[in-house]
Amino acid sequence: MNDAVSSRPPVSAGPVIEVKNLTKRFNGLTAVDGVSFSINRKEIFGFLGPNGAGKTTTISMLCTLLKPTSGSATLNGFDIATQQDAVRQSIGIVFQDPTLDDQLTAWENLHFHAMLYNVPASQRRERAERVLDMVGLIDRAGDRVETYSGGMKRRLEIARGLMHYPHVLFLDEPTLGLDPQTRSAIWDHVHELRAQYDITVFLTTHYMDEAENCDRIAIIDTGKIVALDTPGALKHRVGGDIITLRSADAATTVAELMEKFSLEAQVQPASADTSGPAGDRIYLEVPEGRTLLPQMLRGLDTEILSVTVREPTLDDVFLSLTGKQIREETVDKMDAMKTRVRRRRAQRGAGHR
Amino acid sequence: MKRFRATYIIWLRDLKRHFRDRARIFGSLATPIIFIFILGQGLGSSMSAALPAGSTTLDYKTFMFPGILGMTVLFAGVFSAVSIVWDREFGFLKEMLVAPVPSWSIALGKVVSGATIASFQGCLMLILAPLAGVKLTPQMVVLLIPTLFLVAFSMTGMGVLVASRLKSMQGFQMIMNFIMMPMFFLSGAMFPLANAPAWMDTLAKINPLTYGVDALRSIMLTDFPSRYPFAFDITMIVLISSVMLGMAIATFSRQS
Repeated sequence: MNDAVSSRPPVSAGPVIEVKNLTKRFNGLTAVDGVSFSINRKEIFGFLGPNGAGKTTTISMLCTLLKPTSGSATLNGFDIATQQDAVRQSIGIVFQDPTLDDQLTAWENLHFHAMLYNVPASQRRERAERVLDMVGLIDRAGDRVETYSGGMKRRLEIARGLMHYPHVLFLDEPTLGLDPQTRSAIWDHVHELRAQYDITVFLTTHYMDEAENCDRIAIIDTGKIVALDTPGALKHRVGGDIITLRSADAATTVAELMEKFSLEAQVQPASADTSGPAGDRIYLEVPEGRTLLPQMLRGLDTEILSVTVREPTLDDVFLSLTGKQIREETVDKMDAMKTRVRRRRAQRGAGHR
Repeated sequence: MKRFRATYIIWLRDLKRHFRDRARIFGSLATPIIFIFILGQGLGSSMSAALPAGSTTLDYKTFMFPGILGMTVLFAGVFSAVSIVWDREFGFLKEMLVAPVPSWSIALGKVVSGATIASFQGCLMLILAPLAGVKLTPQMVVLLIPTLFLVAFSMTGMGVLVASRLKSMQGFQMIMNFIMMPMFFLSGAMFPLANAPAWMDTLAKINPLTYGVDALRSIMLTDFPSRYPFAFDITMIVLISSVMLGMAIATFSRQS
């Protein structure tokens, strides 16, 4: 990759991202609260948490879009507060909302990006071909972006983020609003990236199943990192299996479980978006679910409506660490506007597929 | 020169977009045409009495034409600038804001591109001049093009300044009602300000478009007495443009 030298900043020693006590407050509201972590080169690192947990704020600070209230961070050895341009030259970003120009072709979008990032004119065409080839868009490169589907746009954005051969690629909710097939294609690209470009990938998501693709995950809630480990180790923390019960009388069942089996159960109130039979859900973590269950059902006096046993997922990790489930919520006007735009774009995109 | 590459990219991109959209180029001429040929015709007969002495031969449509040219430039310039609000959240502008380029060069690019597009739309209007009874000479056109660009520059500068402070598109209606319409009506575009009451005269004096319309009128309407000398108009426009540009850049950089 000798042709990369011209616009790619040199590689620094040590972790590619090092964050110390990073804090951001907006008018008294603490969005990010003393976060510290470090990321190694060629790692796929995930930030997992609900909307409003501070994921995007943290990324915005690392990308030098927001100034931290306190704390510090370095990216590729450059300080995010004092060496903005060097940091920016070292990173590629794919935002939650598309930032492509719909009226321009893929070539033109990539060309402008290359100019912005000082890619020498002689290399622009070749690099554009290379990244377009990787995301499988080379045949459509001359078409205006408005004719692309949602998944194609996202792939083009990833390709664009690679044009200047960054050291770190930030992907903020890279698969939001995409269908499962496109999602898995995006993940294939992410894995391929690391192999081909020596790149570190920093992504945020609130899809638990996707976070399992990461090497390490930081679980973030209300601005704080509550856990940071490999997906396997995090799941191991929950310990054993998850049993979910629905009963006619949740309170009595919980009391019974405590009394007869010394098991501490959590109750989740029935919510509108949950399918299946009505009634509150009772949630248990046990070491050996499959052998315990028959005994338990025999021992309980209250009527049980349904039972499931499964191995822990990251959802359970999140629930056991924070006491709540990841759920989407709309916050303010701008968010509402964004949601509308996304929906409209998704519909328009679907029409072209 | 390297620091200006973002300015150049924004300019090139906005122009590409504009010229690709034929419908918008010609569609934006609809409003001025309606103003000149419907409003101009309709009001013409009753307005001629109000025009200053010595200009009784002047048709109202002809009087109005430079004003409508000013309106075209005002609207095109501000519309182009307001796209910032949208573009910053959902568009290409956001991609530029994270690139290793200074934010002043982005704001400057937006002003220059808006001014180019708005003055182009103004020049397109000149085709209609004969229909409004304005006899253009080549010398007039040579003088009009840079004047239109200067007026467009000040209007776009103001647009970028306002758009930088705008959080969402909802605020746009406010701009329309509280800035653009009063500016247009108080610029002398539709009626001469000579007989206007004192309060209106004062507002007209602080309205940048007043000098723009006056300058355009002194170029095109040779037998109509202009409000200020041409050189004074141009000085005021340059002054206003510089202040607007400075403030727009400062506000844009602070917001992002």
